[in-house]
Amino acid sequence: MKKDLRIGLLFALPWILGFIIFLAYPVLASLYYSFTNFSILREPSYVGADNYAELASDTVFHKALINTLIYAVGAVPLSTVVAIGLAMLLNTKVKGMSYYRTIFFLPSLVPMVALGTLFLWIFNGDYGLLNEGIRAANLEPPNWLGDPAWSKSTLMLISMWGCGQAMVIYLAGLQNVPVSLYEAADLDGAKLGKKIWNVTLPMLSPVILFNVVMGIIGALQVFAVPYVMFPGGAPARSTYFIASYLFDNAFQYQRMGYASAVGWVMFIITLVLTLLALKMSDRHVHYETE
Amino acid sequence: MGKRKQIQTALTHVALILLSVVFALPLLWMLSTSLKPISETLTTPPKWIPTEVMWSNYPDAINYNSKQLGYIPFLVYMRNTVVVTILCIVGSVTSNALVAYSFSRLRWAGRDAFFGLTVATMMIPFPVLMVPTFTLFRYLGWVGSFKPLWVPAFFASAFSIFLLRQFFRTIPMELSEAAKLDGCSEFRIFTDVIVPLAKPALMVVALFTFMGSWNDFLGPLIYLVDQNTFTLALGLSAYQTQHGGTPWNLLMAATLLVILPILIVFFFAQKLFIQGIATSGFK
Repeated sequence: MKKDLRIGLLFALPWILGFIIFLAYPVLASLYYSFTNFSILREPSYVGADNYAELASDTVFHKALINTLIYAVGAVPLSTVVAIGLAMLLNTKVKGMSYYRTIFFLPSLVPMVALGTLFLWIFNGDYGLLNEGIRAANLEPPNWLGDPAWSKSTLMLISMWGCGQAMVIYLAGLQNVPVSLYEAADLDGAKLGKKIWNVTLPMLSPVILFNVVMGIIGALQVFAVPYVMFPGGAPARSTYFIASYLFDNAFQYQRMGYASAVGWVMFIITLVLTLLALKMSDRHVHYETE
Repeated sequence: MGKRKQIQTALTHVALILLSVVFALPLLWMLSTSLKPISETLTTPPKWIPTEVMWSNYPDAINYNSKQLGYIPFLVYMRNTVVVTILCIVGSVTSNALVAYSFSRLRWAGRDAFFGLTVATMMIPFPVLMVPTFTLFRYLGWVGSFKPLWVPAFFASAFSIFLLRQFFRTIPMELSEAAKLDGCSEFRIFTDVIVPLAKPALMVVALFTFMGSWNDFLGPLIYLVDQNTFTLALGLSAYQTQHGGTPWNLLMAATLLVILPILIVFFFAQKLFIQGIATSGFK
């Protein structure tokens, strides 16, 4: 038994070290830092809950927090619906499937930064491809990048292009749904909508939960695309997110203690929302008992 | 019945075609712009086919002189990115395979509790770890080098462990037991029995690592200082100028060059990749 433990730990050693060095230590250290005043040039000095008190009345932080929540509320459901829809289409038996699969997955392969520069160009209010299309349809196009009322929607739409990874996971989940269930539904004369609602979605629910939770976690730390597309969170800080504020405090303003406090607030919000999603899913997620 | 089926198939086709247009359009626009002369990049209505196909945009993008930043060493960025990405793939595949083997095929006290903890760590947002990790690497004198970008890959990651463990569990235990009766050590069983059978899943981990590392923006942004050490994802921003005058045709050509390797790898690995995910089973 002792020998089993030794071999087991030996194989797991990279992760035991990784867990301690790159997760446990940073999490605890950032908790400690969040109670200090600290920069590259200055050793951490304990300041009690000052940073958190400051966060409570920091209007830029509030703005970033609200922006992040709005973004998550928009982007997660949107990309979930799109990813499931695409996966369902890809799960049908029509010709040319491998081409469609590649096309839908391609945008997820593109670096977020490259995606950002490309969309900066396509969404441009004056000469962007998208607005040319809208004008051609004789409609008044919005100023996607320059209008604070639209900038977040632009980012949500863009996140849709990156749903390929979730799509592939849904597709794998769909392929694991037993055909017999559909046959039984056919015998009952169920229509397509009923089959999706009563067979497909319940069977897919564990996968949906997994993707939604990962989606929430990802959306709350959105950084690269807004950083590239909207320097400084322009227009009017409408695209300034928690991760942007954390980055600026840590590496622009040299306030690493404050940045750590921002990080911990972000961590707690992530935990609460994830647990909420898990709790709410209790009644709706169907696990197969084997 | 037959008629209804036909209508359904036709509607599926229409939906697939419309959606693939939406998904492919931005990339086609990128391709089209990358081959235009600069004067045609901002025309109304937009021009899809350039009057003159400018292949020279590609060499020009590689040898681009930015007004603000001077010469942009694209090929150096490319080499840097390749070095970092290869190290990350090697580290990630070996470490995650070892750890997943321990979590799925070895029995030891506390194993399942530790695995539960491991899965839970996926909830920790990366930005929370950013400041202490930076401080740590700074203490080690690694800031400005590639080490902060690839060394962590050798210490496994929760997501890949999870993915590989699911796959390893589907391999019958009898194979390991038979090898053990033949006198194989656990390490021999790992290298000679499990790894060859787990190739699709290992490919998936390699591909995810490849994509993550090739596209990583935040890591290089934090740790790389000197322009000559930049990676492609970070270097691309050099083509953008703050106050108009961005050479869109060159930027799009450079961007296409950045994503080309990923497209090629995905094209060849596609079947294996989707198979790997399907058999790993996310549950």
